[in-house]
Amino acid sequence: MTDALLFKDIDEPGLNTLPVYEARGGYAALRKALAMTPADVLAQLEASGLRGRGGAGFQMGKKVSFLPQGSMSKYLVCNADESEPGTFKDRELMQKNPHLLIEGIVIAAHAACAERSFIYIRGEYELQASILEAALAEAREAGYLGERILGSEHACLLVLHRGAGAYICGEETGLLDSLEGKRGNPRLKPPFPANQGLYQGPTLINNVETLSTVPAIMTMGGERYAELGVQTSTGTKLVSISGHVQRPGNYEIELGIPSREIIYGLAGGPPEGSEIKCWFPGGSSAPVLTPDDLDVPYDFDSLANAGSMLGSGAIIVVDDSTPIVDLALKVAMFYRHESCGKCTPCREGTNWTVKMLQRIDAGQATPMDLDIMASVQEHIIGNCLCVLGDAMAMPIGSMIAKFREEFEAHIETARMRANLTPPPVPADEQALLAHGAS
Amino acid sequence: MTPVPRVGDEARASGWDRSTDPQKDPALIPDPATTEVPAELRKTIEEAMALYPERRSAAIPALHAAQKLHGWCSPQAIEQVACVMQVTPAYLDSVASFYDMLENHPVGKHRVYVCTNISCSLRGADALLAAIGEAAAEDADFNVRPFECLGACDIAPMASVDGVYIGPLSIEDVPQLLDDARSGRPVLPDKQLATRPVADPHANSEQYPAHSLEQGSSR
Repeated sequence: MTDALLFKDIDEPGLNTLPVYEARGGYAALRKALAMTPADVLAQLEASGLRGRGGAGFQMGKKVSFLPQGSMSKYLVCNADESEPGTFKDRELMQKNPHLLIEGIVIAAHAACAERSFIYIRGEYELQASILEAALAEAREAGYLGERILGSEHACLLVLHRGAGAYICGEETGLLDSLEGKRGNPRLKPPFPANQGLYQGPTLINNVETLSTVPAIMTMGGERYAELGVQTSTGTKLVSISGHVQRPGNYEIELGIPSREIIYGLAGGPPEGSEIKCWFPGGSSAPVLTPDDLDVPYDFDSLANAGSMLGSGAIIVVDDSTPIVDLALKVAMFYRHESCGKCTPCREGTNWTVKMLQRIDAGQATPMDLDIMASVQEHIIGNCLCVLGDAMAMPIGSMIAKFREEFEAHIETARMRANLTPPPVPADEQALLAHGAS
Repeated sequence: MTPVPRVGDEARASGWDRSTDPQKDPALIPDPATTEVPAELRKTIEEAMALYPERRSAAIPALHAAQKLHGWCSPQAIEQVACVMQVTPAYLDSVASFYDMLENHPVGKHRVYVCTNISCSLRGADALLAAIGEAAAEDADFNVRPFECLGACDIAPMASVDGVYIGPLSIEDVPQLLDDARSGRPVLPDKQLATRPVADPHANSEQYPAHSLEQGSSR
């Protein structure tokens, strides 16, 4: 294991304040970057091969290079609306090392020639927002933010924007609408945010972890960073592990290590006496994998080849004490609640999936319902403006495919249970029955 | 079988199929000359608007501030924000009805959000929610509600009490939790997320307190 890049001594007392951060060499990467041209900084980012840590895994350097050249107002938005179920890595980073994120944003804004930047933090993170706000004030005071940063020609105005609780605002265009003060409805793409984003200007949107990695890339150089991890998934990754494991929490790993090493080695595996039934490798939107997949290397492409995705790097482990129908219902109810309602396949599809699962549990379903439910999932995928519907359809579809026998058994036992306890006879019918008996 | 509404109130798109009164004129942008706005609130909203290239971006911060003052996004709160921001009340209503943290009905002043998403429910969140709900049922000061993933699955099952993350919680913690919140004391200080070190045993070098592994085993 190489040294931690993001989590190095993260519990050092006072790291959230500027003096401690500077004392360990903080903001040196920014000075280095400001001495370079934006194109050179961008070249370093591209050489690093850093892929976005928020979910889609798109190469960051490429994303920056998509912004048009010219003197129009460009924006950088840091996506800190961490709300993918199972994900809590950005929370720990922002709470304990806020200046690392600020430094990363200023460097990335320099590379993208963006003068105004925003951090969109989810409203529930009140502690983290107050820590970031204090760190921003320190950084402004010290000249790392403002009109002429560190006496250079470059400006970087950074504003912290608190959301108010909506999963959809983690979707980049939903986030932009929310940041503009509207309901967080996703937009039709194209145009992509790189061309027309915030206030119709070219906009770069990156996750907290992605931006927090930028200072390390500037310090060590893009090519050296690319030596970490595996060829198409470079660097280190923060992994949030939760659910049925003995030591849930955040771990920094080098990409490409076996998933088993994370789940059993770092997190201690499931509690004694139980076995893993399935696991989400990248948040609740990722198709579930089974214990057979535990030796898949934990990186973007290996997980994609295994039929799932790395997503936000959130592993949720589910042990064999949990009925798969209960798990599917939890997942579906979440997406029903969070669907913004703009596109019909998602709004209706999430709603009907919940109802069908409830019907299974109530003993009112037949095995045919499984095929209908699976076809509903297929009709959601790819048919909406954003991927929220897909994010339900993929895990539910994978559960039906991989645990079909358990679904069928659940349908049968629930039907038998329902038959054993007949529904109460309505009062008027009771009177009739009584009359007939006399 | 009782008919299920097409889109239940659980969904974010709730209300889309309810009709409005077409006889009523839509409310106009409130007149600053006749609308009274508390000075403190006006200042907060104006400062928020100055941070953005477009003033509408301040809608959520402004509604947060108004909710803090009024307890919820009441018609009066909406009118005051609309007056300062110079937008229609309907516009702000559309925003306030979208986000989970903005309340559209009067609620108790102590917010208890219990996470009932996957990781927390695997560790008993539904029983926890029921226990808190039952214990606080008689107390109108509490706004106990299930919440989607709050981003703290490492301390599952958990709750956010007046914005402070606490976990892992057990049913036995519930009376203390409510008592602390009622009396304004820090809620269950030992279980607050703010004091928790990172789980990764390789993150901190020796001079800083590394996470003592709860199960006593290491890699």
